[in-house]
Amino acid sequence: MSVLSGLLEILKGDAQADRVVPRRGHSVRLTLFTSGAMAFLAVFALALSLASGRLADRWSDALARSSTIRISAPAAQMEAQIWAVLEVLEQTPGVASARALTEDEQRALLEPWFGPDLPLEDLPVPRLVEVIETETGYDPDGLRLRLAAEAPGAVLDDHTRWRRPLVRAAERVRSLGWISLALILGSVAAMITLAAQSALAANVKVIRVLRLVGGRDVYIARAFVRRFTLRALTGAAVGTALGMIAIAMLPSAQEQGGFLTGLGFAGLHWLWPLTIPLLSAVTAFWATRSAAFRTLRSLP
Amino acid sequence: MIELQEAAYGYGGGPLLSDISLRLAPGSFHFLTGPSGAGKTTFLKLCYADLRATSGHVTLFGQDTKDMSRDEIAQARQRMGVVHQDCEFLDHLSLSENIALPLTVTGRSGEAQEANLSELMGWVGLSARADALPPELSGGERQRAALARAVITDPDVILADEPTGNIDWEMSLRLLQLLVELNRMGKTILIATHDLGLIRAAKAQVSARVLRIAGGRLQLAGADL
Repeated sequence: MSVLSGLLEILKGDAQADRVVPRRGHSVRLTLFTSGAMAFLAVFALALSLASGRLADRWSDALARSSTIRISAPAAQMEAQIWAVLEVLEQTPGVASARALTEDEQRALLEPWFGPDLPLEDLPVPRLVEVIETETGYDPDGLRLRLAAEAPGAVLDDHTRWRRPLVRAAERVRSLGWISLALILGSVAAMITLAAQSALAANVKVIRVLRLVGGRDVYIARAFVRRFTLRALTGAAVGTALGMIAIAMLPSAQEQGGFLTGLGFAGLHWLWPLTIPLLSAVTAFWATRSAAFRTLRSLP
Repeated sequence: MIELQEAAYGYGGGPLLSDISLRLAPGSFHFLTGPSGAGKTTFLKLCYADLRATSGHVTLFGQDTKDMSRDEIAQARQRMGVVHQDCEFLDHLSLSENIALPLTVTGRSGEAQEANLSELMGWVGLSARADALPPELSGGERQRAALARAVITDPDVILADEPTGNIDWEMSLRLLQLLVELNRMGKTILIATHDLGLIRAAKAQVSARVLRIAGGRLQLAGADL
């Protein structure tokens, strides 16, 4: 029985076969609650993973295409150095655009540390030139050599130093999110296995009677598999819905909020959580099926 | 149909049954008697492959039970009706659902089978109890329900283990009458019982062969029966 045909068989249902195995409240509640709780956690793990992925992509993509040149020079030479740098950049292959930040822009950058009334003109603050790369990018070592010759006070910062560990950290968080999802599914499988084994052990007499009247093991197993799969699907659907509502109610992503307010789904990523109930059902299907056949083989 | 050849079975100590040979011919009627603990139930369990012979051979519909998979045993049981000594039912199902269980588990429940079930319940006198749960039934009702469940699939063979063990004489005769009717319809019947009165009553109506288990071996019973 393939997973797909097995699941279709389960969804189709068999009212009479469903009644053959008695319903016992304990395992019903346990399965529903655990699969619901696990699905709720899975939504957050998925949101964390996708948000980290977006962050890693943004850092590695957007920042990789921009760099900064810092010019430190006496006030009298500053304008000449800026022009020299811009001229070098204009002739450098791989540079899409370059511009010097205005004093107002630099003041805005420093405002969080020094307040709004910073007398920038009286301070020996370096001037910044923003460089945007083309798709192919430029040769940073070559540019550094040219800058050293043409504008000795200019220092190229291509963000590599601080970007790499950030991207690495974001990618690691993304991996941890996926590992968490795998662990959650593993826990669902373990819990369903235990609940199914407990249900099978509590129904030894039922199994014996079914066998005596000609019931095949596959029929008996299917009665349990159907029940646990549907419970896991129902519990996971409720847990996923609650998780998605909770994520939707998080504050919206803002620059000031940084990573935490960006912890959510964006665009088509909202479709991803819908796979959680299906994955839970498939996991429950396999866990119950293997537990059922293992138990049935062990019974005389 | 069912054949035992030098079959033996033991639960761990010595052999309980040994050197058992018997062939249940189609349409035959057999009684199996002997004192309590002689091995009558074990003999029947060998016949429906609930136990496998420790030596010798037990053949069900041409297949040696030692070589049969669980699925093959299940298929063989679909051709047999078994009335167990303790009349095991599923307590959460109604009487009619319990009687229809062999049809349910083989996916044969349908309108025609519903009609058959209704007729069968009338035949065993349980129409009025269709919705009752098994714990609500008397001993006689349970025995008749067990018989109805055993025959609902129209099996070739009916094996009954002490079918009158818990019921009064009048009810025993009624149950025997049902089994005799089934035999006249061509069913092969094997009844394990220690009730000699029942055997005498049956012999007055059908040609029944009476076997006795003594000392773990199968013998043809004497003319006193």
